[in-house]
Amino acid sequence: MTSTTTTPRSATGSVALRGVTKVYGQGENAVLALDGVSLDVAPGEFVCLVGASGCGKSTLLNLVAGLDRASGGRIDLDEGVNPGLMFQEPALFPWLTVEANLEVPLKLRGLPRAERRAKVAELLRTVHLSEFGRKRPHQLSGGMRQRVALARTLALDTPVLLMDEPFGALDAMTRDILHDELERIWSERKLTVLFVTHNVREAARLADRIILLSSRPGRIIYSTPVDVPRPRRIDSPEIANIAAEVTDRLRTEVGRHGQ
Amino acid sequence: MASDTLAGAPRTDAEISGLDALEIAGREKGPSRVRRFWSATWPKLAALALTIGLWQAVVWTGWKDEWALSPPATVCADLGHYVLTAAFWDGLATTGRRAAVGFAAAVAVGLVLGLAVARVKVLRAALGSMITALQTMPSIAWFPLAILLFGLTEQAIFFVVVLGAAPSVANGVIHGVDYVPPLLIRAGRNIGARGLNLYRYVIAPAALPAIVAGLKQGWAFAWRSLMAGELLVVIAERTSIGAQLTYARDFSDAPRLMAIMIVILVVGILVDAAFGAADKAIRRRWGVLDQAGN
Repeated sequence: MTSTTTTPRSATGSVALRGVTKVYGQGENAVLALDGVSLDVAPGEFVCLVGASGCGKSTLLNLVAGLDRASGGRIDLDEGVNPGLMFQEPALFPWLTVEANLEVPLKLRGLPRAERRAKVAELLRTVHLSEFGRKRPHQLSGGMRQRVALARTLALDTPVLLMDEPFGALDAMTRDILHDELERIWSERKLTVLFVTHNVREAARLADRIILLSSRPGRIIYSTPVDVPRPRRIDSPEIANIAAEVTDRLRTEVGRHGQ
Repeated sequence: MASDTLAGAPRTDAEISGLDALEIAGREKGPSRVRRFWSATWPKLAALALTIGLWQAVVWTGWKDEWALSPPATVCADLGHYVLTAAFWDGLATTGRRAAVGFAAAVAVGLVLGLAVARVKVLRAALGSMITALQTMPSIAWFPLAILLFGLTEQAIFFVVVLGAAPSVANGVIHGVDYVPPLLIRAGRNIGARGLNLYRYVIAPAALPAIVAGLKQGWAFAWRSLMAGELLVVIAERTSIGAQLTYARDFSDAPRLMAIMIVILVVGILVDAAFGAADKAIRRRWGVLDQAGN
C-alpha cells in the first residue's frame, strides 16, 4: 500500500495523501479508521472533507498535522511545511492574555521581541480583535475565541491550514461571519485549507472541492468541485443545490450501515 | 449582506464589531472591593466572637480550675506580654526558619518526585500508591525513627517535615500533570512546543492550579509535623515556639500555654491565607472564579 514515487513539487502548500491507512488497536480489537485514502490538494485550494460520524475525518487531519502516525501509505507535504491545526474548541491557553497566546508560537519560532510585537498587532488586525489583545480568553465570546485560535494558527506562517469542525460550536450568525472572514484570509494569504465538517452547506459555502468520506472504514467515495463564483452566500440557490446533492450521497452512505 | 467582497466589506467589519460588542456586553461587573472584603470578613469575626464566648461560658461553669483552663481575658493579657518578650521573637525566628527550610526542602523533593512519577510509567506503578499511603501516615509516628537516626537534632525535625509534606506536593504535581487537557497538549505541539518547551509553555502552567493546591496541603502537613517535632525534640540551647509550649506545660503556666497555641494557630492561618490568595489569583486569571469572588 506504500507508494514509492513522489512527484517533485515547486509550489508550497500542496498536500498529497497516497493510500493512507490508519488502524487503531491490535489483533481482534483492531479498528480500521482510514482505508487507503488518496488525495491531492493543490496549493491554494480549499478542500472540505464531509462525512458522517466515524469516518475518520479528524484522524486524517491528525495524520497530516503530524500529531499521529499513519499505519500505512504516505503523506507528502512540501519541505519545511508544518501545517497549522484548528479544533472545534479554541484550545487557547487560559492563563495567558490574547496577545500572549498569539506570542507563544512566535516565541517558539525564535522571533525577536520587537518582531513579535509587530506580528501580534498584525494578527489581531487580521481577525478584527485589535481592541481585545489584553483580555483573557474567558472574557471573550465563543466566536471571538475561535478568531484568536485562527490568528494563533496564522502565527505559524504556514501555507497549510487544517481545520477540524472549527465553527461547529457556534451560532448560525457568528458562523456566517466567520465563513466570510476565513474566506478573506484564505484568499489574501493564498492558503491551502483542508476543512473537516459534517455540515454540508458549510462545505458548499467554503470549498473549491468537496470530498465525501464513507464511515467505518473511512474511504473517499465521492468528490465534487464547487463551481460557484465567490463571494458566495450560504443561503443562495446554487449552494443549496450542491448541498442537496452531497446530502443525498451522504444519506445513501449512512443508510448502508443500517442494514 | 449582498455587498460582501473577498477583500472584506466595511459592512462585514461593522457586523463583526457589532456582534462582539453584543456578546461581551454586561460582563465583568461585580460588587465593590469594600463590600466584598466585608462580606468575606464578618462571618469570620462572628465565628471568633462565638468561640471566645463559648470558652468564657465553659470557664464560668467552673468545670475546671483556672490553673488548668484560663479565661480568655487572662490568656489575651498574657499573649500581650508574651509577644513583647525577646524569647517569643527568638522562638518565632527559629520556628520560622525551620518551617521555611523544611517546607522548601519538601517542595523540592515533592516537585522532582511528582514529575518523575507523572512521566515515568514504571515509577508510577512502583510509587504512585505509596505516595498516597505516606500521606495517611501520621507524621508523629516517624519521630521515634527520626530520633534514632539523627538524635535530638534539627535534622530529625527536617526529616519528618519533609516526609510529611513532600507526598502532598508530589500528589499535587501528579494530579496537575494528569489533568492537563489533552486538547491543550495537541494545540501546544501543533504550534511548535515539543519536548522541554511543551513543559514550559503548556504542561507547567496548565498544572499550576493543582500544584498550588498541593503546596497548600503540603504546608499544612509541614506545619503540623514541625510542631510535633518541636514538642518532642527540644534542643536546650535553642528556643522555639514548640519548645516554649513544652516549657509552659512543664511549669503549669496555663495562660502562656494557650497564648502559644494561639500563636501557632495564627501563623498557620496566615500562611494558609497566603496560599488561598495565590490560588484565587490563579483562578481569576483562568476565568474559573464566579462573580461573587468565591
